[in-house]
Amino acid sequence: MNRIGPFLALVVALVVIGLSAAQFRHTTYNIPWLPGSETEIWQVEARIEFDARGSAAQVYLTLPPEQQGFAMVSEATASSGWGFAIEGDQIQRRAHWTQRAPQGRQVLFYKLDLAVSDADTWELPPPAPSGTIIWDEPYQTAVSHVLDNILPITADPHTMALQLIQTLNRQPPDQNVSLLTSAYAGADLMQRVLQTAGISARAVQVLELEDGRRRQALADYLQVWDGQQWRLYDPAVGEVTKSTELLLWQTGTPGVLEVLGGTNSRVSFSMISQSRSSLLLAQEQADDLALSLYNLPIAEQSMFKLIMLLPVGAFVVVLLRVLIGIRTSGTFMPVLIALAFLQTELIPGLTSFIIVVGIGLSIRSYLSTLNLLLVARIATLVVLVIAIISLFSIVSYRLGLIQGLTITFFPMIILAWTIERMSITWEEEGPKEVLLQGGGSLFVAVLAFLLMDMAVIEHLAFNFPELHLVLLGFILLAGRYTGYRLLELKRFSAFNS
Amino acid sequence: MSSWISPFELKRRGILGMNRRNVSYISRYNNRRQFPLVDNKLKTKLVAEEAGLAVPKLIDIVATQHEVESIEQNLKDLDSFVAKPAQGSGGKGILVVVGQENGQYRKASGDLISLSDVKRHLTNTLSGLHSLGGRNDVAFLETLVRVDPVFSSYSHEGVPDIRLIVFQGVPVMGMLRLATKASDGKANLHQGAIGVGLDIATGRGIQAVLHNKLVTHHPDTGADLSKLTVPNWPSLLRLAAECYEVTDLGYLGCDIVIDRDRGPLILELNARPGLSIQLANNSGLLPRLRLVEATKTKKMRIADRLQFAIENFKHDDTWETLPAF
Repeated sequence: MNRIGPFLALVVALVVIGLSAAQFRHTTYNIPWLPGSETEIWQVEARIEFDARGSAAQVYLTLPPEQQGFAMVSEATASSGWGFAIEGDQIQRRAHWTQRAPQGRQVLFYKLDLAVSDADTWELPPPAPSGTIIWDEPYQTAVSHVLDNILPITADPHTMALQLIQTLNRQPPDQNVSLLTSAYAGADLMQRVLQTAGISARAVQVLELEDGRRRQALADYLQVWDGQQWRLYDPAVGEVTKSTELLLWQTGTPGVLEVLGGTNSRVSFSMISQSRSSLLLAQEQADDLALSLYNLPIAEQSMFKLIMLLPVGAFVVVLLRVLIGIRTSGTFMPVLIALAFLQTELIPGLTSFIIVVGIGLSIRSYLSTLNLLLVARIATLVVLVIAIISLFSIVSYRLGLIQGLTITFFPMIILAWTIERMSITWEEEGPKEVLLQGGGSLFVAVLAFLLMDMAVIEHLAFNFPELHLVLLGFILLAGRYTGYRLLELKRFSAFNS
Repeated sequence: MSSWISPFELKRRGILGMNRRNVSYISRYNNRRQFPLVDNKLKTKLVAEEAGLAVPKLIDIVATQHEVESIEQNLKDLDSFVAKPAQGSGGKGILVVVGQENGQYRKASGDLISLSDVKRHLTNTLSGLHSLGGRNDVAFLETLVRVDPVFSSYSHEGVPDIRLIVFQGVPVMGMLRLATKASDGKANLHQGAIGVGLDIATGRGIQAVLHNKLVTHHPDTGADLSKLTVPNWPSLLRLAAECYEVTDLGYLGCDIVIDRDRGPLILELNARPGLSIQLANNSGLLPRLRLVEATKTKKMRIADRLQFAIENFKHDDTWETLPAF
């Protein structure tokens, strides 16, 4: 137990565990480090329309895969009378609506909230080996010519894709290109050409995010596997680097929308961008987190906001007592007073505390002449404190001082004990000691209050409870501090001579 | 002399601070299980008596209200006595009766009180009025300690007591505490008592402090403090060293009084002795504690431990009169 090594290891472990757990929660659940930070949210709405034929209908809508740059916040559908399910895996999810006998024009909605995030959570998997592409003549010859022109001047899949896009978009087009573009659409054509050259490529559908746009269609883009990752290309321009404005919606071969039992189907997209509190966002997402304070009822949550501040106050007490050597009346009484200050605000709280304790002390001095037993004495004080507080509230309300009412936040029993303890100190060690201890207690309480009142600290204490492990580490460390206390430098100043 | 001192200077002088005392000495050398033994004066007394250590003689234990009612029987033949709560705090609840006159009791202050006053005092004691945290307590009566004539001019009121820090059975530092009018008969330095640092080898006064300042004369009686030597020093030292065996507390404060007739008596023991003793001795505890830690004193016989203390902790100016053991 006296070995310092294991002890230090424990402290370091606590600090490291606390910090890394907090970092983990920050990156995984996007809980912001600072209060008041905001996240950009894209609200995307897919609107599916079709004419039902009165027979059993099934609607499949391909849903965007998890991807870099976005984190899904929530999704919902609005489609009364339809059965709804989400099928598939992370790579390719599909929404599936069903109804026995719909009639006439049908409108289904799928809503998706996406948070813009830097989190590197998901990589699209590498491609499956693709089959050989078969071209009919004369396209086969045209493709060979195009490839013969490109191959010598490129080095890898990436440059290959860029060259191909340039070639296909060159104006005026050469005749091979004209032949190919007459038969195949841009992204699809490029995919086929690249695959012929043995490069993994695919045509994907992408939603171009632009605030306030309505009735948008998906755009065709090209994805090329460069050996490590999928790179996205706009078939008309070239490589796309900024991916946040583009939402990859569909990567597989089946179409985005598939309707069985309906005609004239079409899907269109609307989107708006919003800023939302990052914290609220994280809390919304916390539903799936079993062990989270966010899952508690709101009333308990606000309770915990206070409870989680207690360790901060306790830490202040430890520091001030161990490092400074301040004497307080009652070890953690100042923390409870500071907690009360949080509700009353500092100046009203301080004033009413001094008034109540002052009146209490003067009445207590009379009580000591009655020679009461301890328990009866404390009980008397509790009654007195309540009387003083009631009177104080009524008077201050009459005077129009609403703040006087917050005095009820003070813990009465603690006040009674404080008065009792101070009174005993007064009798045993004189008024100077009472002033010293009372002043010390208030000093600690005010300092603890100032810390606990800081928005950052309140935010961190509640949203990153694991940071308390770090605090615990420091408290343990302070518990083994064997150096001098600041006030001992004064106490022992006689040794200066 | 500035009112602050640098921590390096304190360290250089080997001053023991509160944190180091708590972490490196009290919690390391004092087994928590032994604390109740010293926190309860009655238990201390009984254990010490059993071990053959000199203590003020126990007259009676009053543990129940029933015993309070019949106390007159036991008081009948007593000329003087002291009633104490077993777990009193800060010297509270101590009733000193110096004589009986016509069925009334004369207190140390000279006031006369009746039997019912004594009974009320005992009842209050039992219900915890004078005790730490207001817990129910036990009262006990012991014989009155008579001040040794050597001290009569040094004491304002009550009996001066000698505090010895005993570390691992070795007395390492000592101080005589003299109550003053300002300290209201109490012997705590921060309450205004005088602390006289004592040479561990001889029991001779080194210097005296009052409120952290050097003094040469008692403020109330005017007695010259520099001439002061504690009588019976060798047996007092031995008594303190023996407390280690009895309590098994490695870092111990022994409060000893000197009775006119019986010599040194253990008054009480303290598992958390204060640090002011360093001021009274104008030297730090740390070098002495470290020296003891570095020596295997635990296995030494008492006489060897005392010899060790005398040789190592003697004050330089008084080396010529080493007593023999």
